[in-house]
Amino acid sequence: MAERIIELRDISKSYGQVYALGGVNLSVDRGEVVGLIGDNGAGKSTLIKILSGVVKPTSGEILVRGKPVTGWSPARSRDAGIETVFQDRALAVQQTIVRNIFMGRELTSWLGWLKVNKEIAEASRLMREIGFTSKVFTPQSIVGQLSGGERQGVAIARAIYKKAELIVLDEPTTALSLTETAKVFHFVRQVRASGRSILFIGHNIHHVFDIADRFVVLDRGKVALTADRSEVKSAEDLINFMEDVAHPSGLPGLHDAGDAGRAAR
Amino acid sequence: MSKTMEPDLQSPLGGTHGETAGKEWRHPSDNWLRGFILDNRAALGTLAVFIVMMAVFMIANPVVFTTWYLYSSVLTTLPVALFVVVPLVFVVTCGEIDLSFPATMGFASWVFALVVQAGYDPFLGIAAAMVTGMLLGFLVGSLVVYGGLSSLIATLGMNFLLRGLIQIINEGRSTALTGLADSWAYKIFSSQLYGIPVQIFWAIGFVVLSALLYNRHRFGAQVKVVGDNPDSAQQMGIDVKRVRVKVFVFVGIGAAIAGTFSVMINFTWWPTAGDGYLLPVLASVFVGGTPTWGGIGTVVGGAIGAVTVSFIQTGVVAAGLSGFYVQFFNGLIIILSLLGHKWNQARYR
Repeated sequence: MAERIIELRDISKSYGQVYALGGVNLSVDRGEVVGLIGDNGAGKSTLIKILSGVVKPTSGEILVRGKPVTGWSPARSRDAGIETVFQDRALAVQQTIVRNIFMGRELTSWLGWLKVNKEIAEASRLMREIGFTSKVFTPQSIVGQLSGGERQGVAIARAIYKKAELIVLDEPTTALSLTETAKVFHFVRQVRASGRSILFIGHNIHHVFDIADRFVVLDRGKVALTADRSEVKSAEDLINFMEDVAHPSGLPGLHDAGDAGRAAR
Repeated sequence: MSKTMEPDLQSPLGGTHGETAGKEWRHPSDNWLRGFILDNRAALGTLAVFIVMMAVFMIANPVVFTTWYLYSSVLTTLPVALFVVVPLVFVVTCGEIDLSFPATMGFASWVFALVVQAGYDPFLGIAAAMVTGMLLGFLVGSLVVYGGLSSLIATLGMNFLLRGLIQIINEGRSTALTGLADSWAYKIFSSQLYGIPVQIFWAIGFVVLSALLYNRHRFGAQVKVVGDNPDSAQQMGIDVKRVRVKVFVFVGIGAAIAGTFSVMINFTWWPTAGDGYLLPVLASVFVGGTPTWGGIGTVVGGAIGAVTVSFIQTGVVAAGLSGFYVQFFNGLIIILSLLGHKWNQARYR
């Protein structure tokens, strides 16, 4: 069995009287793409914030490579190799690809002078590693000239440079066209091929179904379903299940959802 | 993994995977001349404005514009402006503005004058002025950054406050520094070398060092990122507030040098020292091609902008027009430059 990068056990989070998460289990193994699906308000963003250490869970346990961790924090999360790529506002769009990849971690020599050529070579290598090659752009191109999918590529390359083992992509394809989505998928597959893991978060079930090895459906702070790719026949299965979760009892899709629900348990 | 799912990232130019696999990046700017022009188009645009302006002046009055005296006088006063224009490019790139530098010039040069008047070596005075400039820059920067104030208003307030302080204490009296002419500091910083004012060499050195700081140093890289996207910079572990304070400290140092140089030119410190520089210096930064929105800018362009602005006044008068035309031409150059830069640089979002 592949190494377990991170495991969240029975994580709960409440803000005062309001439960955002109630006993969520989530794990990611090395080299797998986990799709996390949920509607707005399902608790996705709270879960991401807990993963990245920004928000402390009310109760529950976090295990890094099988070992329980105490004092979970943003620094601990980074040390564990978890990098979150947010959908927008993650890049400085007037700067070059190089400057974005090395933002805050510039390669410098004596007295802080930049090692420009080394940075370009390293950026080139990182971009090739995730399959981002182009005749049109170089590492010295301005990020603002790139399309949405390519910008995701820059953010992913930056995460890899930061030695990320698990890259959390927060709604990476939500605002993108089909061709741009395909580019992001291409990067994600390259990252998986390099032995790293991805937690792919989205509410477009078709997107998540196309890319993920395993699905976790979150609903109102609880995991409604976890299923391997082999257990779900088509995206429609997932959609039916989601509809059932949203409209329980007596509505179409109940039967299918029942099957999927059993698979979850 | 199915092959059909893979996007063809090369398709925009009609290439195929087989051809491009493993190849290095290629780019139109790999032609060094085109790349140089693309990377420096703001500075080059400013240079073009300057050349056109000088051509007009020369046609208007060929005699005056071929005599050295005109250039010598500009080269004496221009360095004072350069020492503040260049740090201001950093401030504007960082998404802030500093209007307090005239008072910092006055305050730091006042400290210089006091030290020299007390009989100490002018080098000690220069050091004291620079420390004063740093402290004032730190004070202004901390007020803006940690106080969470608008830099436009807060630095304007600090400019009045510091200038007021100088005026209150000195009651309008100036300080004459007649002994300065014999000192080593004067020979090194304010004499002439083969008829060329030596200040310009120091100013050029300052511009070159600052351009390297801006383009080839971690400081410049972080200033640009903070001005471009502070949230992202913060998330990537850059101490955004510290970077912001640093640019104000840089202006403080530049203003101290500028103030000291202006005192050394005149052998006199006036309580109004630095006051006249506010608007020309600001105009130079923007004429130079640094946009107002932060994230990008050009140090060399700012320097060329300062040269342009310095020559407007001299040029208008020397071209035989009355002094009443100076402001009109100042405005004309600013507006034309801004229009040129707008056409020249896209704003990416």
